[in-house]
Formats: sequence, structure tokens, C-alpha cells
Amino acid sequence: MKLVVIAGPPSAGKTALTKQIVKNFKDKMKIAYLKIDVVKAYEDQELAKDYNILTKKIYSGDLCPDHAGVMVLGDVLEWAEKNKVDLLIIESAGLCLRCSPYVNQGLGIVVLSSISGIHAPEKMGAMVSLSDIAIVTKIDLVSQAEREVLIQKIKDVHPQIILMETNALQGTSLTYLYSLIENSQDIDRNNLFLKGNPPLGTCTICIGKKDIGWKNHFGVIKKLDGQITEYLYRGE
Amino acid sequence: MIREITILPGYDKNGAAESFSSITLKAGETTSIVGPTGSGKTAFITDIELLAQKDTTTRRQVLINGDIPKDPYRYNPSIRPIAMITQNTKCFADLSTEEFLEVHARARKIKNSKAVITETIDLANTFTGEKITNISKVTVLSGGQTRALLIADALLIGAAPIILLDEIENAGIFKQEIINIIQKTSKMVLFVTHDPVIALLTKKRIIMENGAVKKVIFQNETETQAAENLLELDKRVGILREKLRAGYELTDDSFRVKFA
Repeated sequence: MKLVVIAGPPSAGKTALTKQIVKNFKDKMKIAYLKIDVVKAYEDQELAKDYNILTKKIYSGDLCPDHAGVMVLGDVLEWAEKNKVDLLIIESAGLCLRCSPYVNQGLGIVVLSSISGIHAPEKMGAMVSLSDIAIVTKIDLVSQAEREVLIQKIKDVHPQIILMETNALQGTSLTYLYSLIENSQDIDRNNLFLKGNPPLGTCTICIGKKDIGWKNHFGVIKKLDGQITEYLYRGE
Repeated sequence: MIREITILPGYDKNGAAESFSSITLKAGETTSIVGPTGSGKTAFITDIELLAQKDTTTRRQVLINGDIPKDPYRYNPSIRPIAMITQNTKCFADLSTEEFLEVHARARKIKNSKAVITETIDLANTFTGEKITNISKVTVLSGGQTRALLIADALLIGAAPIILLDEIENAGIFKQEIINIIQKTSKMVLFVTHDPVIALLTKKRIIMENGAVKKVIFQNETETQAAENLLELDKRVGILREKLRAGYELTDDSFRVKFA
């Protein structure tokens, strides 16, 4: 089974890209799709209806979505393998940019919109720097010079990244991506690890306590001017 | 070295195959793409810009010197031998003009870019009446300034042998200056245009309809003459435009235009 993990900020074009990938492979491979989101997601129903593939979604709710993704990845792999899936596509919610959902096997794709701002590649941290491939979308909305400037900024963050540009709604110029997916190695579930370190995400805020201020919380909390050693906070 | 590019046919908006067998454009040649709105003009030059390999909506294929272009050309716009000026007149990059050009020069692997950046801003200022400075943020440039800057950038920093210009007449910039400069180069230049002056000045005209190339016309002698006359007329219209923009009232008899 091949694995593709797609990350990127909201509205960058992750689902539009997913649809192009599904459209291209649906007659050659059995595809399964997982959408991780926080509050609401329709993509699974849409993909199931339009392309007749296996889909699932998970709402992370009070849990951080990348954290939720890590926890359910094992179950999803099992589900996909049981269904004899050839290509598993996981689309992350892509929110806080602290983490990246990529694993050490398969392909990690970051989707960035041409109009997301010139400093976005730096701000997105691990989501860009630990990916294998960057797909720049909405290229019909900006000038070529500006696209080149954005691509240079992505390369400044991740010099080895494989870059492609597309109008994801039309699916232009994606043949190279398809060949990379087609030639990617099948994953070995017993040796699958996250590429980046996730935060623990087990503080009182993460689990949904709404109080404000230090005296109401404990866990892994950073103070405005705090030292690293003060991270493990035990409440006041 | 790019001697020519070849465009192989795709399909029109109804899925019917295009009727031409191939269109070849050579270095030093100017071509215009004309046709009504929605006829596929921009899609045609976008195919060239992306070096389409039957993987765009038109399913056309583009060859360089008769061969399929190598992958890096296709996927890295900064080594692609093509500069395209879209109809876009907005920059989203939160950078000054100087910073923007500096990053672009770096993308194009230009060392010691200081001189070329100054040159580019100076050239852009010959295309537009509103002065661009090196500290102007590209996000606040006007439509005309943005286009002037992007055209100067395409000529000097992109320095691409193929230049694609999408409706430059719309931007309130000095068309004449741009045509003069481009005609002096040995580049392959394509204009998407609704402007008869530009259309008649180019050696070839590609006529679009319903997403497909309808025909290719070569400039005839009458047209060369007509273009010269129109150019004169266009200059006069240009003077008139600048006067009106500057708030003048017309009192001079030479501007008494007779339409009959």
C-alpha cells in the first residue's frame, strides 16, 4: 500500500489536489481517503460520492488535529489494509503549524497557495521543512515573477524540496506528481514513524478547560517570559 | 539555445480536435493572439508558459526545438525560458520593490544583482507615468505600476528568450515604449491582444474561437502600411490621453477630431 499525506493551511487547495490525484488513479488503484478536521468536513462524502472510493473522517474536537492524526493513523492503516487498498491518502486539517503530519515513508505533500503571502513558507515551519513535495496552487491568480519569488522563499526553507505549480481546480501540470506517487515505495507499517516531534498536548487547555490565567491550569505551559526549565508547570 | 517552439493541437471547449497540424514560432518573431473574450487566448499562452504536455485543460503539447522539454524546465519556473506577463495587476508579496526584485534575481541565479535591480526600476519608470521607487511596497503599486515593473522584470531579470504578454494595452502604461523595446530584441514575443495596432504590428496572427485555434494569418503588405498609420493615430490618441489625465481642457484646433 502506498501512502500520501497532504498538509497545508485551510483553503490552500488540499482537497482540490486530492480530487485530481483520485481522478488520476481511481481506475488503476483501490483508493482510501481519510480527512482529519476539527469542527466540520464534507470532503469525505464528496469524494465518496463523486469517485466511489473508501472514505473516513475524524473530528479532533478538543484534541489538537495533528495529535488526533497521530493517534488514529494506526487504526486507519489497519482499516485500509483490511480493505486491500493500494493508495491511502490522508488529508490533515492543517491548522496550528507547530507540527507536521508526515511520516518516514510514503510521500508528504505540502499545499501552498500562491496568494498565501510571501512569509508563509517560513511561518509554516515543519509543515514545509519536513515535506517531500510542495505544490503551489492558484497560480492563475498571480504573476509569474511573484510565483518565482514565492518558490524561492520555499526553497530557502527547504532546499531539497520537489516543487510543482498547478491550477488545482483544472489539475494542470501534475503528471510529475502522479509519477512520483506511482513510483513511491509501499509502506511497512511496522517501521512507520513521525518525521517531526509533536508536542505532548496534554495540558489543561488542550483538554478543553476554558479558564483564563495561571492559577487555573497545569501541564506543559509556557509563560510569556518563562525559561525553558519552567515548561513543566504544576499550577499555582 | 531556443530556436523555435512548436504547439501541437488539443481540443476545443466542446471536446472537438483542433484543426491545425502544428504551429511553430521562431526566435525573433512576434505573434498576436486575437479573438473574442472566452475564446481561449489566455489558455493558449498559458499552455506555452507551462510547457503543456497534454496535461492542461486544452490537452495541447508544446515542444522546444522539436523535442519534449526536460522535466526540470517544466517544474521550475525560474529556469523556464519563458516570462509571462499576465493580466494580473496585483502583487501579494509583502516586500519592497527592491526586495522583490532581489529575491527574483536570486531565483534566477543572478549574482551581484544590485545593478540589474536599479536598471529594472529605471526601465519600469519609462513605461509608467507614476514613479516607482526602490522602497515602494509591491503590494501598494497601482495596476499600471505593477505591470510596468513586471514587464521590466521579465525583460531584465527573467531575461527569458520567450515573452508572453496578456493584454498589455489594458494597464494604462506606455504601450509604445514597450513595443519599441520588444521589437528591437531577438526574443520570441506573443501578445494576447484586442488592440488593432499591436495585432497589425506582429508578423503572425493566431485567431482563436471556442477554445481552439481557428486560423493563422501572416501579416500582408497592406497591413504593414496600416500598422504604420495606426501607430501615428495611436500616438495622437496617447497625447490626448495624457492631456486628459493631467486635467487639461482641449482648446487647440489640432485636436478637433473628425469622425466622418
